[in-house]
Amino acid sequence: MSVAFNIVVCGSLVPDPLQTLEPIQGATGPALKNEMMLPSVLDPWAGHSLYEAADLAKKTPGSKVYLLSLGPKAKLQQLMMTIAQKVPFELVCVDGSASGFLDSGEVAAALAGAIEKIPGLDKTKLLVFGGCSSASRDAGTTMQMIAERLGVTDVFLGVDELKVQPDGSFKILERIEGGQYQVSACAGAPAVLGWATGNLPEPPNNPQVGMANMRAIMPALQKAQAAALKTDAIKFASVELPKQQRQTRIVKDMPVEEIAKEVVAWIRG
Amino acid sequence: MSNTNVEKAALMSTLPGDDVRQIMWRFADRYEHQMVVQATRSVARGIVARLVADKQRHTHDWTPQKQEMLKAFDEAGVTAAFMEPDQGGYITGPKNLVLALVAFELSWVDAGAATASLANNLALEPIHEKGTPEQIHHYMSGCVPPKPGEKRKMLRGSFALTEPLPYVGVDAGMLSGKIRVAEWKDGKEPIIQVEKRGRFITNMGYANFVTAAVDTDDPRIKSSCMVILEEGDQGTYDRGAPTLKLVHQLSCTHDPIFNLKMPASRIIGGYTIKDGVIVPNYTHNEVIEAVFRRTRVTVAMMTTAKLLSAIEPVIRYQRTRYRGGDAAKPGTPRYDLGIQQKEDAQHRLLDVWATGEASASLGFEAARLFDEFDPLEKQKDAFFMKEGIKGPRAQMKVSAEPRKKALEYIETMGKPEAQRDAKKIAAYESDFLVQYAVKEALADVFCPACKLWNTGYGATMMREAVSLMGGYGITEDCPGFLTQKWSDAQLEATYEGPECVQRRQMSLTMVNDLFLAQFRNWIRDLRALDAQKPGIGAGTLACGMELWLWSLGYLENAKDANGKTLYGGQRQGVTFPMADALAWLLGSRQLILDTLELEKKGPENPVLAEGLAGFVNFYSDLSYVQAARAAGEVAKVCAELVYGYQAKSATCAVTDAALKPFGELRAKLDCSLAGARLAKDRAAEAVTQVMIPEALDYPI
Repeated sequence: MSVAFNIVVCGSLVPDPLQTLEPIQGATGPALKNEMMLPSVLDPWAGHSLYEAADLAKKTPGSKVYLLSLGPKAKLQQLMMTIAQKVPFELVCVDGSASGFLDSGEVAAALAGAIEKIPGLDKTKLLVFGGCSSASRDAGTTMQMIAERLGVTDVFLGVDELKVQPDGSFKILERIEGGQYQVSACAGAPAVLGWATGNLPEPPNNPQVGMANMRAIMPALQKAQAAALKTDAIKFASVELPKQQRQTRIVKDMPVEEIAKEVVAWIRG
Repeated sequence: MSNTNVEKAALMSTLPGDDVRQIMWRFADRYEHQMVVQATRSVARGIVARLVADKQRHTHDWTPQKQEMLKAFDEAGVTAAFMEPDQGGYITGPKNLVLALVAFELSWVDAGAATASLANNLALEPIHEKGTPEQIHHYMSGCVPPKPGEKRKMLRGSFALTEPLPYVGVDAGMLSGKIRVAEWKDGKEPIIQVEKRGRFITNMGYANFVTAAVDTDDPRIKSSCMVILEEGDQGTYDRGAPTLKLVHQLSCTHDPIFNLKMPASRIIGGYTIKDGVIVPNYTHNEVIEAVFRRTRVTVAMMTTAKLLSAIEPVIRYQRTRYRGGDAAKPGTPRYDLGIQQKEDAQHRLLDVWATGEASASLGFEAARLFDEFDPLEKQKDAFFMKEGIKGPRAQMKVSAEPRKKALEYIETMGKPEAQRDAKKIAAYESDFLVQYAVKEALADVFCPACKLWNTGYGATMMREAVSLMGGYGITEDCPGFLTQKWSDAQLEATYEGPECVQRRQMSLTMVNDLFLAQFRNWIRDLRALDAQKPGIGAGTLACGMELWLWSLGYLENAKDANGKTLYGGQRQGVTFPMADALAWLLGSRQLILDTLELEKKGPENPVLAEGLAGFVNFYSDLSYVQAARAAGEVAKVCAELVYGYQAKSATCAVTDAALKPFGELRAKLDCSLAGARLAKDRAAEAVTQVMIPEALDYPI
């Protein structure tokens, strides 16, 4: 059975994790020091979903991939110089903050609204992809709320694999505890999938793909609408980076087996 | 003279990122360039860095791991960046800036990788510049990686000019490689026998075609030329042994031997037959002149990238130097600043940084200049061909009038805007021969200047960067591969013409009246800038330029105590130091111009809004630091030359009326240095406060 999808990938930028990320109290709430100046990368979880989306679109002719990004458009433009080279997609841009300190309900509303406005989008073929959580906040709540707002009831989180069956239905592998997968069957689109890592490597940069994407990206950035995000929708009592833990013990001449036993014991707690 | 420095200006918050660089190096509106930068960076900081970390530089052999790097270049579009879209590339128009950016990004990690990438372009460059349309199409398209499903063997090339001693090296006019007619049947194309031994030929371990410089060894061939040799041609295509070089081990260098038969159609640029003699359309010198004037810029960028890549690891090393020790508790200056508590560490780092920035500014300006120059040159060549104007003498005759107009144009542009004749300017600007003359005068100086200064002085400053890491700097686990970069820089100073070749070229081109007229305009512009913006070093630089200009005029006309001409072809003790001094001035001026560009265009980028003032302040201070260094260098060089050839008895030459202006200019220059060290202190403070990433983005 021939199927084609409209795949909307929700994903935006996060600060490059190699940078110094220092929380500060900004004028409207918590922020990162020099946040606008820090180099950004595509949120890695969203990145995995984008590469899976492109792969699925390649295997199902007639499909189309949209990358829906909520972020400062000037920074998104810089990010596109890399991401646009990875896979073919059409950018839908919503101009606003990509801060990890936003309320995920507000973000979900902005993203769902933007999906509704995509011209010619066939909702019967709609797959909404995104990361199962963001690298900036890790709340893991946005995708479900997008589904709710769009009226999509088939929602899968922590997805590592989506296989389209010969009858057009999906077989989906979701991560659950203990290194196990929950295997689900889904009749087909529409569905919302929050991806874990998937199974695909990051595609190499290819400026030729980028040049093709850029023809539509620049107009999309220029006509990006500002998102109506309330900065006071959520209050943070305090913000701090996770503490680094380093427990080092120096031992000499310990047999490998002993080291392995000790590591296993430590993992088991 | 005030000695106060009470202003508290905004400090640079983070290290300059892509947004800043794109504005300063003028590719903020060139998305294809930005993409190539990102694609190249991912290869450099990915597979290339891994190769260095895995000690692949420890072997001269071309290993399977090194071969993977070529695949990465192909996949990332680095290989095809040189080609036109109809040849399989994706960037239209001149490629000098984009190739300079590619060289910069790869050399940020390892310049051998950059050489491996660019050597293929170097092989293609003779064909690109002077090849026949058929040669251009065949070889340029052939070097593009095959598309999925396309079945063809990809071409990879080598450029073979250098020969075993005592032949081609410094003097490219002497060749031992020879061609003669092997077979020439009536009505058929001649078959040429080629004998060529190469030395230090990059890519030769895997290249399947070679563009080689050869001389004629047969009265039936009129002159030297360049030819294209292919693997599979009848005869010997011996790749030879790997060259035992101590640097750039990620490029594949061999000493090949060729003894091949090839059709005469492989003479680059084609040939004509006159009275039974094959006359190559271009001699090898004509081809390599067109090649090197462009490709030397990319080599210059290699050392530049190293200097700028050293900043982050040095700052991190300096700040963390004492952490872990008993005396360095978190929150104390010893913990937070480490060695950066000491002014010397800050100042020496700033000297490295300022050199890197000035050389980047100079090199990228040279690349952009060639992007503007290329279409003009093509237009001029087409015009000469259409009009049948052949040979240097005939071309010079035709160029005389446009050169006169070019001088008028430059002099007019030096006047205040209100005094310019707009119609006349428009006419000059639409005359391609006039514009060609103007740009050529600059290109002929900027190319050797950046090759000379960026690599030569860059190598010296790279040693300084290594020294700032202490003993750590000369270990294999030094972050940023600094020692490898230092030693690599020595090769970059030698590749494609060592320093003496660049000095020799500059000593001829920098006295071109069209260049000097533009130089005078720059001095006027800097004086005007200094009046508006005294804190950027424009006044100091203008003083240095005036001193250099006066000294040049003096040296051209004066004689030494023995009555010998001072500024002459063989008097390299005079001409070469003046070339060095000029290179300092050009780099410093270009850094000032790039800083002004950042100040002007920065507000258009909302990403920079919160940090722009800090960046502009830092770059202004750095420009001042560099202007002072450049002016000091010029003063030193010029004083030695102007006074040094006087008779010993002339103990105080200042009393000589002819030399009085020099003394006055020198004194003016000295005075103009007021504030330069305060600028250095301000920049040093920024260095101690700037936020850096937690870790380097490529492995150790």
